Amino acid sequence: MQTSELLQYLVTGVTVGSVYALVALGFTIIYNATGIINFAQGEFVVLGGLVFYSLYVVANVPLVLALVVAVLIVAAIGLLMERLAIRPLIRSPVIVLIIITVATSVLLRGAAKLVWGPESLAVPTFSGDKSIFIGGAALQLQYLWVLGLTALAVFGVRLFFDHTLVGKAMQACAINPDAARLAGISVSRMVQGSFALSAALSGLAGVVISPITFASYDGGTILALKGFCGAIIGGLGNGLGAVVGGLFIGVLEKLGIGLAPEGYAGLQDAFAFIVLLLVLFLRPGGLFGTERAEGV
Amino acid sequence: MFSERKLELLGFVVAALIVAALPLVTRSNYLLSIGVFIGLYSMVAIGLGLLMGYAGQVSLGHAAFYGLGAYGSAILTLHYGWNAWLAIVVAAFATALVAYLIGMPTLKLHGHYLAMATLGFGIIVRILFNEGGNLTGGPSGLPAIADLNIGSFVFDNDLRIYCLVWPLVLLQVVLSRNLLRSRLGRALRAIHDSEIAARSCAINTGRHKLMVFVLSAIYASVAGSLYAHWVNFVNPHPFGFVFSIELVVMVVVGGGATLWGPVIGAAALTVIDQLLVQLGHVFAPAKDMDVVLFGVIVVLVLLFLPQGLARGLRRKGVARDGA
Amino acid sequence: MRDLHPRLLVVACVLGAILALALVAGCAKPQPPPLTGMPPPPSAGQPPAPEGEPIKIGAIFSVTGPGAPLGEPEALTAKMVQDDVNKAGGINGRPLEIIIEDDHTEEADAVLAAKKLIEQDEVCAIVGPTMSGTSLAILDGCEKAEVPLFACAASAKITTPVKKWVFSSAQTDVLAVARIVVYLKEQDIKKVAIICDSNAFGQSGAEQLKLQLAEAGIEIVDEEKFATKDTDMTAQLTKIKAKAPEAVICWGTNPGPAVIAKNMKSLGMQAQCINSHGIANKTFIDLAGDAAEGVILPCGKLLVADALPDDDPQKAVLLEFREKYEAHSGKPANTFAGHAYDSLQIVINAIEEAGEDRAAIRDAIEATQEHVGTGGIFNLSADDHNGLTEQGFTIVKIENGTWVELD
Repeated sequence: MQTSELLQYLVTGVTVGSVYALVALGFTIIYNATGIINFAQGEFVVLGGLVFYSLYVVANVPLVLALVVAVLIVAAIGLLMERLAIRPLIRSPVIVLIIITVATSVLLRGAAKLVWGPESLAVPTFSGDKSIFIGGAALQLQYLWVLGLTALAVFGVRLFFDHTLVGKAMQACAINPDAARLAGISVSRMVQGSFALSAALSGLAGVVISPITFASYDGGTILALKGFCGAIIGGLGNGLGAVVGGLFIGVLEKLGIGLAPEGYAGLQDAFAFIVLLLVLFLRPGGLFGTERAEGV
Repeated sequence: MFSERKLELLGFVVAALIVAALPLVTRSNYLLSIGVFIGLYSMVAIGLGLLMGYAGQVSLGHAAFYGLGAYGSAILTLHYGWNAWLAIVVAAFATALVAYLIGMPTLKLHGHYLAMATLGFGIIVRILFNEGGNLTGGPSGLPAIADLNIGSFVFDNDLRIYCLVWPLVLLQVVLSRNLLRSRLGRALRAIHDSEIAARSCAINTGRHKLMVFVLSAIYASVAGSLYAHWVNFVNPHPFGFVFSIELVVMVVVGGGATLWGPVIGAAALTVIDQLLVQLGHVFAPAKDMDVVLFGVIVVLVLLFLPQGLARGLRRKGVARDGA
Repeated sequence: MRDLHPRLLVVACVLGAILALALVAGCAKPQPPPLTGMPPPPSAGQPPAPEGEPIKIGAIFSVTGPGAPLGEPEALTAKMVQDDVNKAGGINGRPLEIIIEDDHTEEADAVLAAKKLIEQDEVCAIVGPTMSGTSLAILDGCEKAEVPLFACAASAKITTPVKKWVFSSAQTDVLAVARIVVYLKEQDIKKVAIICDSNAFGQSGAEQLKLQLAEAGIEIVDEEKFATKDTDMTAQLTKIKAKAPEAVICWGTNPGPAVIAKNMKSLGMQAQCINSHGIANKTFIDLAGDAAEGVILPCGKLLVADALPDDDPQKAVLLEFREKYEAHSGKPANTFAGHAYDSLQIVINAIEEAGEDRAAIRDAIEATQEHVGTGGIFNLSADDHNGLTEQGFTIVKIENGTWVELD
């Protein structure tokens, strides 16, 4: 294999991986706040793309405004989901809450199909269809948008958690809700915030990837599953680990396609999950997590 | 008031009567087929219910075991000309082995590690069905799977399959009940309440959980085999992540830690699904909305009966008795 | 009671949301006129309104789920056909009722839908399902119940080996590949790469491509796959690019092939992009945009109906279907809607001839000769339950956002 090919796999892998990373980060934020694995995460991505389509393509809203509004609308949907489906049941066993998220995802998917129809919808790239060639590898300009906005979002989330009062309060709730409550933090507010933030991140992923992959009502499940893999591989609950895990899966998939013998490329979707099993069997705390699986 | 034991017996008799009544009141293959699907889903859900309700573990990949049973039967009978009954048994054993290998490393861990591992496992199995070339028929699947038969008696219509599936379901319920009354059952309940406390009483928690997990895989495999011989066709699509989740929803909606919960959950979801489709014919705006309504109903059931239908209904009944 | 309050709020909100959705859905789609309302007042020149018990045909389409882009137009077609037949006086003076069931693109739901139609509704024939998997899942049930089934799915396994009660109206990939091979030979293309969806449609196409290209002495330099929901196919195409084929043949339905066309363009690949009849609709052009330019595909003649010579036997049928469909649904006609139209027309003709007896209908369907449909001219027989030839296919190139027939 030539270096230019290898470079191409890496570039594509990192781009697709960015989306997995944002989804994985979203998973982690909700998991830390509530212990719930949110299966509606993929629907946030889908809604991001679809709402952005309506604003940017149908209503001709300027790019940046459309992007921001789409992300805010998805965040609002996240808030609504927390308020209507999660909060009334927050004291139920975790499995009931997980099923609630599954039901919500079915509901959101059905609603999206009713509103936007069954066909995929084309979203134009943000800055033209050209590619730059670096070392023989083609880099679509849209890839740069994906990478740049992902980096910005991850950096922003990091700043938020480490340097703002609300962020620190949310972290406190994740570490010990009871202690946080004693310190005067409203845990339910923080749970609400985590849903909004998580939905916003996934919505952003949906917006930036939509010109590459189109917006379609049923594309969420597989993205959610890959993001979920990323979150676990990075060590469930570890935000930075989730981001690295997501990127790792993206690169692995694309390299896998490149290295697979002819005719076996169909197995590429399995790679992420094979790695997931290996990590669970061999290093259950995740590649970047602490070994806390055996603990109490 | 009834004693617990009498109540159990009563429940069983009522269930058996309902099961026996359906073929007497209708000969419609549509209704009988709904009955067969409920039966098949119940077979899987009962195992999953034991795992979730008593061992406190979730599997997000049980569709894979159902699929392994179906494909096992299809491949052994079609490609190798095996006797169908033998194929069902061998497929179940093979599935049990696979479950053992998946469960062994993860069930020792705490928390929802089994859920994550089974999720990945389920998707890998589904992809293998798809990429299996001539062995699995690839994405188009394997058609022309033979009907089951005993001598010249062929299980070639829905009534006969119904009469094969439901006694098995009832048998499973009896087995589950006896299992829960046994040493293993007491151990499981202890694990469910507090794993640490159970371990301090010298209960080998990992082994017990593993046993239940393997048992539930066997149940799923047998149900899958029966599906293959009934529909006479398998393809990868029905054995994916979506069905795994539906199974978990059945157990949660019905109530995991109850004898009849999984059966009630399987019946409720299947019937609601069909009713919603029919609603679309009567009431035009509901057309195309059945998927949305389905999501709403599940959310509402869990909002009002977070313990599941079986226990929720019973509690309401008990409350009425007391009043 | 205090903890009930938020739950009631939830219920109220959810109900409100459903109503809003129903409104949105209701406004977005033009509502077809009520199907069973008051009969219009008879006027001179109009056929008399149909009377008596309706004749029932069942239809199973994937209106929701992954098959929805195909199944929804098919369901619209069925409603349209029902309206048209009843406006024209029904079948032998009796009204036609097409009962449409949604199988959600799920095999289990298709099995139940078929049994419901056969047992509860007592339909005299079933049209559909949309997809190959759901079709194969209900074949044996229809055989056992002795009900004619006219599928709209493309897998060759549906009609080979021939099953007594099962027919299919979709153009099979055998014919589509044959048409592509003719094109490759004309262009003297010797080295191709294939990239196919890992679903039933894509892999059935891959099988045919490998078979027929080998016979034609055309080399396949690389064979790749993609998953239906893949977001980016650059990696597969990079691999293909390194092998420098003259043409890349892609087999799948939207959106995958559109992603591939765009990725090929961004990689600067010069190879000719050839596709299957699976993208023979406007959606592909909308999705791929500029990248769609120059893409070659075999397809039914529906897309190029205007440009057909006037002596083409299909032209009148195609234009009529397209006009009716677009007036009824407000959306551009597509090939899949055409499959449902062909299936229904043949079944309705058979009922007109043979009455309501299922066996007689089956015989009449099998005896269908020279039926001019949207997918081609159907000549059904005891050995051929599809009845189409390459005649129904043409090869087109996408230019300036529309299809241009190649000679």
